[in-house]
Amino acid sequence: MEEKNGFVREVAEKKYEYGFTTDVQTDVIEKGLSEDVVRLISQKKGEPDWLLAFRLQAFRYWQTLSAPTWGHLRMPEIDYQDISYYAAPTSPDPSKGKGEIDPELMKTFDKLGIPLEERLALSGTAVDAVMDSVSVKTTFREKLKEKGIIFCSISEAVKEHPELVREYLGSVVPYKDNFFAALNSAVFSDGSFVYIPKGVRCPMELSTYFRINARGTGQFERTLIVCDDDAYVSYLEGCTAPMRDENQLHAAIVEIVVKENAEVKYSTVQNWYPGDAEGKGGVLNLVTKRGHLRGRNSRLSWTQVETGSAITWKYPSCVLSGEGSQAEFYSVAVTNNYQQADTGTKMIHIGKNTKSTIISKGISAGKSQNAYRGLVKVARTADNARNYSSCDSLLLGSKCGAHTFPYMDVHNDTAVVEHEATTSKISEDQLFYCNQRGINTEEAVSLIVNGYAKEVINKLPMEFAVEAQKLLGVSLEGSVG
Amino acid sequence: MIMLQINNLHATINGKEILKGINLTVRDGEVHAIMGLNGAGKSTLSNVIVGHPAYEVTQGSITFNGKDLLKMAPEERAHEGIFLSFQQPVEIPGVSMVNFMRAALNAKRQYLGQEPMSAGDFLKLMREKRKIVELDSRLTSRSVNEGFSGGEKKRNEIFQMAMLEPTFSILDETDSGLDVDALRIVAEGFNKLRTPKTSAIVITHYQRLLDYLKPDIIHVLIGGMIVKTGGPELALEIENRGFDWIKDEAGL
Repeated sequence: MEEKNGFVREVAEKKYEYGFTTDVQTDVIEKGLSEDVVRLISQKKGEPDWLLAFRLQAFRYWQTLSAPTWGHLRMPEIDYQDISYYAAPTSPDPSKGKGEIDPELMKTFDKLGIPLEERLALSGTAVDAVMDSVSVKTTFREKLKEKGIIFCSISEAVKEHPELVREYLGSVVPYKDNFFAALNSAVFSDGSFVYIPKGVRCPMELSTYFRINARGTGQFERTLIVCDDDAYVSYLEGCTAPMRDENQLHAAIVEIVVKENAEVKYSTVQNWYPGDAEGKGGVLNLVTKRGHLRGRNSRLSWTQVETGSAITWKYPSCVLSGEGSQAEFYSVAVTNNYQQADTGTKMIHIGKNTKSTIISKGISAGKSQNAYRGLVKVARTADNARNYSSCDSLLLGSKCGAHTFPYMDVHNDTAVVEHEATTSKISEDQLFYCNQRGINTEEAVSLIVNGYAKEVINKLPMEFAVEAQKLLGVSLEGSVG
Repeated sequence: MIMLQINNLHATINGKEILKGINLTVRDGEVHAIMGLNGAGKSTLSNVIVGHPAYEVTQGSITFNGKDLLKMAPEERAHEGIFLSFQQPVEIPGVSMVNFMRAALNAKRQYLGQEPMSAGDFLKLMREKRKIVELDSRLTSRSVNEGFSGGEKKRNEIFQMAMLEPTFSILDETDSGLDVDALRIVAEGFNKLRTPKTSAIVITHYQRLLDYLKPDIIHVLIGGMIVKTGGPELALEIENRGFDWIKDEAGL
């Protein structure tokens, strides 16, 4: 028995591989949030007046709001005055110009499997690496520039392409959207900016890798993707954080604009630190992601594999305005130990002949709670709109919970909206059958979970899919037996 | 050589004693049949041999090729060469037969210190072994047992046995729910896999399966104990006379 406990402890401890911290000099501003802090952030980033005005407007609005409580979550009280809103790793030698990266930072991203030297990069992937509040490096920028593609940090985009940023920032997720969107709009630090010009098919996967490092800081990144007429891009997002016994706040916004005949694929493998086995620490992942399918026949798909975070609160959504536009949401959300997830999507059909698909797979283990929350809305204008939703829950053990909250709001008689939901459990009999064939329990769970999630995993780009498969196995280690 | 040696085995489920002192010796190449009424403990015996966690061994020992079986996890027993053809094979949705068998085979190879089998060799092996029980390729491309008929599930059990090449197999009422043709296919499949180095225990209520398998030794299990052991003629006698006379003889 002792041996068995030892084994369980071992897998529980090795479970989160990315929990290390990086020892770099970091410029952290004092904790607390006020107009002065918003001005200080804007000043540190050397922003134009219009952006400061945008931030201040958002901040003033945020002060009138209170945090939402409708999620199926036990949310710890967040003291917004006890967080630092800006942390930037600084080069130890200030004489070094831009483009020179602190070797410690290079090492950090190497350790995370994200080499920042182009010669070592994953084939066909350009990376924007964001540590705490700033973008550390964006690879392959020159090569992408040849095609007219802009891929850089949003701070640089503000300086180099202000007209684009000004036109689209806040156009999909207005600062008034919700509590966390207003907060992000006031204090957002960095994130990625992507612009794919008309008729260009982006030749490589674009990816942003987010890393929280500094203690007592929040991360408020902002990503803006604009895909012009007849263009295509596939974008990947990955995230990790050190193991800390305090909660870390992460409140991001992702905005995507898809124009006529354009296509965007957005994939996320979210592996923020989930807290320890007793539920202490972990990232609070409170994110607003939305795409606007503006053009005719535009296409957008969200694919997410969510295994990390103490709390996940996110609903990557699509507004289908363009006639004949098509949106997809594929999600696997895994919760273990004391993790909580309230995640899903919103599909807002406005244009005629629009079509959306929702495939959601929740996996709950330990004492975790996993909820799917989704809205399908069909406006009066959306003749012949189609939606198909399928929400499955898989339970491992008897102390976890799975919940489904599907909302439908249909205002057009020609619309067809379908919803299916199932709940299943990995049974002792299934595990024993595997054991008898020589497959141990951990591997059996991994086989069953990956089989259950494969419809979603198959949607991920190849290298990401392999990563996600491993992650599913690792996240559930020690969850059965 | 003695392959399986069971001494004075007592086992309980939920605190209730089912096996009350089983003694059994199976040598290389032997096929033993275990017969008996429902509730006699036949399935309990097979579950205890493969290490089902619901059963607790309270007394006695089982050795397999000289090793203490009761100290091994179920998967180790499988790697050592023990296979159970389940009475009611479970469905595992989402897990393809190919991935399942590959995981099982490679786990065994790893245990034996061998390299994992290449995808090409593995698929070739699947094709070969499928023929033994005439299992349709359409079934092996599905999820484990999902949507299989009762007969197909039993054939699939023998197919898995063919893939894993155990030295000791237990057939737990593999004949139940099979029509005459399916029974013949399953039994002939099993016979093709027999060698002088492989042994088996066959649990059944019926002579029909034994006609094909021709066991060497017949045991009668009543009330958690083996009360009578004999040659093939014992099965025929039970077919004609039932179990009451054995009970009387044993003073039960």
